[in-house]
Amino acid sequence: MKHEIVEKNVGLLAVLILVVISFGGLAEVVPLLFQEQTNEPIEGLEPLSALELEGRNIYRREGCVGCHSQMIRPFRAETERYGHYSVAGEQVYEFNFLWGSKRTGPDLARVGGRYSDDWHRAHLYNPRDVVPESIMPAYPWLFENTLDGEDTPAKMRTLQTLGVPYTDEQIDNATDEVKGTQEITALIAYLQQLGTVLKDTR
Amino acid sequence: MSNLWGDSLSGFWSAWIIVISLGTIGISAWLLFSNRHTDKTPDADGNVETTGHAADGIEEYDNALPKWWFQLFVGTVVFALGYLVLYPGLGNFQGLLGWSQEKQWEQEVAQAEERFAPIFEQYQEIPIPELAKDQEAMQVAERIFLNNCAVCHGSNARGGYGFPNLTDNDWLYGGEPQNIVTTLTNGRNGLMPSWQQLGEDNIENLTQYVLSLSGEDHDSARADKGESTFMSVCAACHGPDATGNTSLGSANLTDNIWLYKKPEQSVADSIRQTLHNGRNGHMPAQATYIGEDKVHLVAAYVYSLRYDNQEG
Repeated sequence: MKHEIVEKNVGLLAVLILVVISFGGLAEVVPLLFQEQTNEPIEGLEPLSALELEGRNIYRREGCVGCHSQMIRPFRAETERYGHYSVAGEQVYEFNFLWGSKRTGPDLARVGGRYSDDWHRAHLYNPRDVVPESIMPAYPWLFENTLDGEDTPAKMRTLQTLGVPYTDEQIDNATDEVKGTQEITALIAYLQQLGTVLKDTR
Repeated sequence: MSNLWGDSLSGFWSAWIIVISLGTIGISAWLLFSNRHTDKTPDADGNVETTGHAADGIEEYDNALPKWWFQLFVGTVVFALGYLVLYPGLGNFQGLLGWSQEKQWEQEVAQAEERFAPIFEQYQEIPIPELAKDQEAMQVAERIFLNNCAVCHGSNARGGYGFPNLTDNDWLYGGEPQNIVTTLTNGRNGLMPSWQQLGEDNIENLTQYVLSLSGEDHDSARADKGESTFMSVCAACHGPDATGNTSLGSANLTDNIWLYKKPEQSVADSIRQTLHNGRNGHMPAQATYIGEDKVHLVAAYVYSLRYDNQEG
């Protein structure tokens, strides 16, 4: 093909560029969609409960992911501090992923059970009350806001269509489970289950 | 090198990756070589072949690529092929080096284990009271404490509202070496129930009585009334003399140390709040996070912080 033809037809040039750069994605991304390792949940993995799911949405709303990653890489320096490295099978019910890309604060992939509920309450109300050196913002409004749970079933149904195995019963009970709960309680419920399915934390 | 092929991908997707990877490398190489025009000898009419590009009558010669650039390109192709032979990249092919990120991590951990395990083992054999006096060991232990314990107990180990001070001589679950090891290994769950059902009057009487135990200002008429309620309700855990019980983790109420008093709160208010709402202290088990060797070392560090073990 003559250079001239390609260079003088912007549309054709664009199509050919797309074809060229798609090779990387075709080889690196597409097979992952069909790989067992990335599609099979690890043993014992359950979808988040209604309360934990609402907690997760608060986590997203408050932008926690901006400063906290949820991805322990397979380096000793990380596994010593945070526990077993993250595996793909832990993440199959995650929509969207909250891996994050910046650690201003510590990684939270296995923070579940690490601290007490009371600690989380004190820390989220004002981080400096328990960690004087902390630069994390305070989230006092989480203690004032309560959840009404009206949208919870819709959120769960959406996840169901994406392949998260919620039962209809769970979805029907979701509003009752969540209604009237403080946001802080939901967020802590979410945090306390993070990374707890993979038991080997050492 | 017995098993060069893994099975994490199906045959189709494995082949798919191999074909695309090698195909793109092959096509790139073909493009490079097929476009390498180096013949600049004039033809019969004395014209040199050009690319055909012309702008304002200026034509572009089809010169060869600079040699360094061409060689660099060939170099990348050779590197890519070499890499794909040595490392996993072609579908299920594991690479001749047998490298994987899990293996690299395991090696890294094994190396560290080899280096550090003897040190911790050596500490493991020293009894805690003795280890607590070993300067070097305590420096190591302090690092572990700061990384794992300071988040709740504070970097100076003096605790805070709801988190016990480890530098005093008040120990909910006992401050002997074995108690500290047990606390660190298994964690603790403290439970003080709510006594709302006793009614406001009784709660106030109890509050005054508890205040009197540690010599705080109190209403002695009410405290006298509270005493009998204390004996029937509270003494079961806190003991008739109110000095607590380390096997239950019930607090000593006579020592004027208040775990649940906020800085701006009066002692009386904190007692009222405890009686109304109950308390639920939770110390997570640490053995799963730091391992038993380090539990021993950190226990020695905590033991060294005890008020009666501090020097000066």
